[in-house]
Amino acid sequence: MEASTVCVEMRGVSKRYGAVQANDCIDFRLVAGEVHALLGENGAGKTTLSKILYGFARPDAGEILLDGKPVELRSPRDARAHRIGMVFQSFMLIRALSVLENIELFLADLPAVPRQNEIADRIRAFGERFGLAVDPDAAVAQLPVGDQQKVELLKLLLADARILIFDEPTRVLAPHEVEGLFRVFAALKTEGYAILFITHKLREVLRCADRITVMRKGRITGSLAAREATLERLVAMMFGEAVHAAAGETAAAPRAADSPPIVELRRATSRPSGSEIALKDLDLSVGAGEIVGVAGVSGSGQKELGDLVLGLRPLAAGMKRFRGADASSWSIARLRESGLACIPEEPLAMAAVPGLSVRENLALGTGRRYHKGASLDWPRLEAAMARSFEALAFPLPPLAPPIATLSGGNLQRTVIAREMAHDPKLILALYPTRGLDVRSAASLRELLRRSRAGGSGVLLISEDLEELAEMADRLLVLFQGAVVGEFGRGAWTAEEVGLLMTGAKEPPRA
Amino acid sequence: MPERAQAVARFGAVSVLALAVFAAVLLAAGKNPLQAYADTFRHALASAYGFSELLVRMTPLLLAAVAVALPSRLGLINVGGEGQLYMGAFAAAAAALCLPGAPAWILLPFALLMGFLGGALWAAIPGLLRAAGLVNETVTTLLLNYVAPLIVGYFVFGPWRTAENSAYPQTAPFPQAALLPTFFGTRVHAGLLIALAALAVYWLVMEKTRWGLDMRAIGGNAEAAQRLGIPVRWWIVAALAIGGGFAGLAGMGEAMGIAGRLRQSLSPGYGFTGFLIAWLAGGRPLVILFMAFLFAIITSAGDTLQISQGLPYAVVNILLATILFVVLARRAR
Repeated sequence: MEASTVCVEMRGVSKRYGAVQANDCIDFRLVAGEVHALLGENGAGKTTLSKILYGFARPDAGEILLDGKPVELRSPRDARAHRIGMVFQSFMLIRALSVLENIELFLADLPAVPRQNEIADRIRAFGERFGLAVDPDAAVAQLPVGDQQKVELLKLLLADARILIFDEPTRVLAPHEVEGLFRVFAALKTEGYAILFITHKLREVLRCADRITVMRKGRITGSLAAREATLERLVAMMFGEAVHAAAGETAAAPRAADSPPIVELRRATSRPSGSEIALKDLDLSVGAGEIVGVAGVSGSGQKELGDLVLGLRPLAAGMKRFRGADASSWSIARLRESGLACIPEEPLAMAAVPGLSVRENLALGTGRRYHKGASLDWPRLEAAMARSFEALAFPLPPLAPPIATLSGGNLQRTVIAREMAHDPKLILALYPTRGLDVRSAASLRELLRRSRAGGSGVLLISEDLEELAEMADRLLVLFQGAVVGEFGRGAWTAEEVGLLMTGAKEPPRA
Repeated sequence: MPERAQAVARFGAVSVLALAVFAAVLLAAGKNPLQAYADTFRHALASAYGFSELLVRMTPLLLAAVAVALPSRLGLINVGGEGQLYMGAFAAAAAALCLPGAPAWILLPFALLMGFLGGALWAAIPGLLRAAGLVNETVTTLLLNYVAPLIVGYFVFGPWRTAENSAYPQTAPFPQAALLPTFFGTRVHAGLLIALAALAVYWLVMEKTRWGLDMRAIGGNAEAAQRLGIPVRWWIVAALAIGGGFAGLAGMGEAMGIAGRLRQSLSPGYGFTGFLIAWLAGGRPLVILFMAFLFAIITSAGDTLQISQGLPYAVVNILLATILFVVLARRAR
């Protein structure tokens, strides 16, 4: 009945986190009775936008209108008062309590002695109406994930929410549960609810959305009705077209591939724990003087692949060779001593100890190189590190203060100088430019190219297709823990890779 | 040094608050708190005998504090000093009882080794469980405290019980060769030297060696340490075991330096007090030394109050608990 009323309008909303412009002047409208998909890569700004709408984050600029009236959403409580609800990726449920108790906890106007039966009846009624049947007396811990999601949604519905935000709801669901969720969407929209569906899975969007808005790098790159959308158009909007131009650009001649690869995985398989992705029969090799890029949407097994190469997790099956030797069961220390270096995405969390001095941090992970009796040969270590800083043209920081006192840039440079100090044979770069400003990112890429020219192999895991187009001599595409595509430099387009990354296209050959 | 001044001020405030609360308790019991404090001071610090007794008490406290401080540098919480102390005493007693005729130069080093191993192996159990990712070490070390005295109890009530006077559950006296030498006719024994050496070793290893660097790196950021190739699990077991070994030496000292035999009432909670000392000192060696001395005064106050004011020894537990309470309240903030 009120099918075309605009219930949410965001005008010129911007939000900045440090050096990253997460949302840049976003104009966005959500209509009642519609499933509106918000599509984009990780880091495109979808989550920030939804956080602003749910009152978690305050925009730096712009305004939000609800039913035509400007509102200020200072907290999730404000948002709920305006009948906005959000289903998070990780559920906000108390596992030891029953479904009924969890829902009661969420209701704002709960009396001191709740009328249990009445609420249970309402839960059942909503359950029937929207295909969300859950036993109110069941303990949440006993429910499958799909049913837990239903409880999250029932919470919002019983609390009278009309605008429902789903943050990547299908990520945790099995295929048949995804179908069920889309049926729920259909039932909700016929009753006039507005649904914002955040995802990066193209196929799902085309199946359930009425309107699709695509974000890239903090901006909206397009918004179109579902009937106008095709996979190709969406991919172009998601990943941009700049890739073509960059693709042929840097053709630094890779070395002849006669020498054995520096690292080689053969049918590598990992055992997942918790929400991790299992790597399945993964083949990969990085040769000397070669940059191998790995593309994939977040959670496709990149973390697991990096951990596997680093030696942080064991192989469940298959083998790993490092510089010609069987390294399947080598420790991290042994791999590092044999020439593995790692440039991680968050140096302070993954490669430095904040409370230790810069000097001590430089000594970490250097293996037995500077052992001297029970201590370390500090002068020799300092000399070697000073040479490394000099070779990289980085300024040498003071060595005595704790490393946490360095600025973010200097901290990363310190970690890089340490990792590059011993002429690494393989550089494992995990999202190395994430969170860096443009100039630092460019100089880091230059550094990797120089290492390649010096004969090192580089395994570059990244979500930035432009970066991969510029850097990678070979590109592997990961999807759900398997390599679904492999391309030479310049031999791929963003559309092709984007389709593979999002699982929209079957790999050419199994 | 505003930071150090701040720490001293905070410590002063904690002490005054604790003493004030305890004074209220004494008042409620109908005693004169000022008199009690003056007695304690006169007895413990102003007499040679009293002072020697402080050193006697300090010995196990120092070792028990190092047993907590060392694992704490890796972020491990060892609440099991008491149990480790008992197992050290047990193992040392086994050495003394199994080699009755051995000369001192064999028996003492052997007992020392056994005392260390007894505590170390006992603490290695929580270490292994934690390293395997099964149980948090705080829980296991705490629970093992209740097991160790039962093991000692079984032996002193059973197979090792002395025949001379069956009224007491204790072993026969150790052979002369198994007793730690004492100094100046007091009860101060060689264990004090061991304790001071342990403190020095703790500082040297932590601050000056590459092993200490590895351990501090784990405490500072375990994920980074692991990614950089430091064998985190190995160190978790090793650090708890070494800490437990020091607590074991405390038990050995009590058995072979003070009691001269193994008893079930080996320790009035030295292991727990050691935990308090280590946490109050934040693991800093000189502060541990100072705090151990202070806590020796407090526990000896229990004796004084018992004699001069007719209060039960257990009243000092109120004072200790008050201090613990204030300390934990500060940490929670």
